[in-house]
Amino acid sequence: MTDQRNDRAPGYSSTLPELEGLSGVFIYTIGLVLAVILTATSFWVANTSLLWPPGVPLGLAVLAIAQMGVHLVFFLHVTTGPDNTNNVLALAFGVLIVILVAAGSMWIMADLNANMAIMPMH
Amino acid sequence: MSVATALDEIRNEAPPSRSDTGPAPKRIVVAYGFWIFILSDIVMFSALFAAYAVLVRATAGGPVGAELFSQVTLAIQTACLLASSYTCGLMSLAINSRRRFETYFLAAITFVLGTAFLALEIREFAGMIARGATPQRSAFLSAFFTLVGAHGLHVAAGLIWLALLMAHVAIKGFAANVERRLRCFALYWHALDIIWVWLFTVVYLMGVRQ
Repeated sequence: MTDQRNDRAPGYSSTLPELEGLSGVFIYTIGLVLAVILTATSFWVANTSLLWPPGVPLGLAVLAIAQMGVHLVFFLHVTTGPDNTNNVLALAFGVLIVILVAAGSMWIMADLNANMAIMPMH
Repeated sequence: MSVATALDEIRNEAPPSRSDTGPAPKRIVVAYGFWIFILSDIVMFSALFAAYAVLVRATAGGPVGAELFSQVTLAIQTACLLASSYTCGLMSLAINSRRRFETYFLAAITFVLGTAFLALEIREFAGMIARGATPQRSAFLSAFFTLVGAHGLHVAAGLIWLALLMAHVAIKGFAANVERRLRCFALYWHALDIIWVWLFTVVYLMGVRQ
């Protein structure tokens, strides 16, 4: 009983009633199947000539985000339950920093490249 | 029923607040602390990813990704790491129900798959260096070896950690502290697979298209 009032430790399986009927092996297997499908789709997208080429990197990024979600939900058992709030908040903060670092660096360096290339010599 | 009584009932049913229940048990504190470490590790990787993304076109006339990467190796590596993540998850279930033999068996499969991944990566690096694509050749290759090498070092550290943990299980059984370490290892191993998803997407699959 005391345990239910606490947060759930990251990575621990769900104690939610709606998931109790499913065995742990089944949950991991769903995750594996989804991850394999998404990985295979990524390889197909990277090699096909059917898609509009400039859109392919965006499609690959979307597939990677989807697969990250599959890993978080089915392997790391991150949920939106009230016992998981702290774990999700920490994750959200991590994702915020990752986006700031990655997107910020690329934006600044692309701007610098664009402005430095035509700099005249004095 | 008035609104006031309905509100009273809700108030009565509400569990005591977090501050009333006292400190969380150690397994929750430890796992949460390790979760923070993993997120900080991912932030470190984001800096390496940013460096790679900025330098990917700075090949200095040297080889580009499309000439260096083999998609067959990549597919086998991805399959190895994904399967090892799955067996690591099954190992967590075996630990839940204290099945010692199954834990050893699944840990061994996880270890073998991780070693296969690492062997393929070392072979790939050696092949690239033999063709003159060393980290010194261009900024692109420096960033590539740093990013992929950092992930490879994490996998190698994870393999050593897993071997040590199995020695712990053999000596101490599923003691509380051993179980906490096994949980932390599972978090670490799954997180490495998430980083690999981004690696194979950003470095390899986007690289072979250039």
